[in-house]
Amino acid sequence: MTATRADAAAIAGAVPDPELRVVTIGELGIVRGAEQAEDGHVVVTITPTYSGCPAMDAIRDDIRSALAAAGYADVEVKTVLSPAWSTDMITESGWAALERTGIAAPGPSGTPTCPRCGHQGRPTPVLQISRYASTPCQSLWSCRSCLEPFNAIKKL
Amino acid sequence: MELLGLGDDALIAAQRLAEWVSRAPTLEEDVALANIALDQLGAARMLLAAVGDEDELAYRRDDHQFRNCLLAELPLGPGRGDLDFGWTMSWLLMLSAAQLLRYTDLAGGSDEQAAAIGAKAVKESTYHLDHARQWMLRLGGGTEESQRRVQQGLDGLWPYGHELTEGIRDRWLAIVEPVLAEAGLKRPDDRWRPGGGRDGRHTEHLSYLLAEMQSLHRAHPGAQW
Repeated sequence: MTATRADAAAIAGAVPDPELRVVTIGELGIVRGAEQAEDGHVVVTITPTYSGCPAMDAIRDDIRSALAAAGYADVEVKTVLSPAWSTDMITESGWAALERTGIAAPGPSGTPTCPRCGHQGRPTPVLQISRYASTPCQSLWSCRSCLEPFNAIKKL
Repeated sequence: MELLGLGDDALIAAQRLAEWVSRAPTLEEDVALANIALDQLGAARMLLAAVGDEDELAYRRDDHQFRNCLLAELPLGPGRGDLDFGWTMSWLLMLSAAQLLRYTDLAGGSDEQAAAIGAKAVKESTYHLDHARQWMLRLGGGTEESQRRVQQGLDGLWPYGHELTEGIRDRWLAIVEPVLAEAGLKRPDDRWRPGGGRDGRHTEHLSYLLAEMQSLHRAHPGAQW
C-alpha cells in the first residue's frame, strides 16, 4: 500500500453524511484533513456541525471503515472545535447536492428559495414553519407558491 | 465562571428540556425543544470533557457535587412534575441569555480550548435565545391566558436569575428587559435571591432529576448503547 496523504483525506472526505446521504462529509466541511505518519498511523481531523450532533459517532465509524477498506489499518479520528463550523464551509457541489434533494440553502437574506419550484418569496411568501427540523442543522419552511414544505440549512 | 458550573448548567438544562419530548404543544415545537436540549447536551459534553471524564462527571456525582445554578434544575412549571409551556419559555429566555453571555466571554478568553468551546456554543445559544424571544412576544402579546402563563413563569423564576447572572447582571438585563417590554410583560421586582447551586447546595428538584438521569448508569456501570 503506497497511498499518499491526499488519498486518506480524499477517502475520508468521500464518506456520505449518515443523516444527509446525498452529500459527503467532505462537501459539508466536516473533514478538516488527514495526516499519515511514517509508521502508517493516520489521523483524520473532523469538526461537528452542531456540538450535540448525534451523527458524530456514526461519522467516526464510517471514516474508519472506509479507510480500513482502502488498506489503512491504523486510523485515529480526532475532533477539533476551532474554527467553529459554519455553513460557509459547505462546498458548491455540496449545496448543489442538497438542493437536488429538496434541501435549500439559507439564502443571503435568511429566506431560502424554494428548492421545488424556485419561488423566491415574492410576492407570495416562503414561510418559516419551524426554526428547528429533522436534523439540528435544518429549519422547516413552506412555499406559498407551490404549497410544498421543504427544509433549509440554517445559517450558522 | 468555572467551566464545571457552565457544563453542569447545560447538562441539567438538557435533561429538564428533554421532559418536553413528545409532549410539546405542536410537532414543530416538539422538534425545536428536542433540538435545543440536544445542543445543551452537546455543550455540556464539551465543557465536562474539558474538566475531566464526562461520564464520571455526569453519572457518578451526587447532587451536592453539582455546580449548576438553581434555575437550571427547577421544574418547567409551577410545581414538581408540571410542564407549562409559557413557564418554560420564560425559563429558556433567562437561561439562554445568560449562556450566550458566558459563552461569548469564554470565546474571548485566553484558554484556547475553552475559547473554542465558547465560539461553538455561542452560535447555538443565539438560536435558543431567539426561539425564546419569539415565543415571549407571541405569548405575551397573545391571549389573556397565554400572557398570564408567561408572566407567572417570569415571576416564579426571576429570583433565581440573580445567581444565574452573577457578574453579568447588567449585560443580561440589557438583553432580557427589552424582550419583556416588547412582549408587554412586567419585569418582576428584584426581591429575594436564592442561591447556593454553585457551591453544591441545591433544591430537592435536582435529586429527582439526577435519580432519573443516572439510574441506568448506576445499575449498569459503563453500559453502552
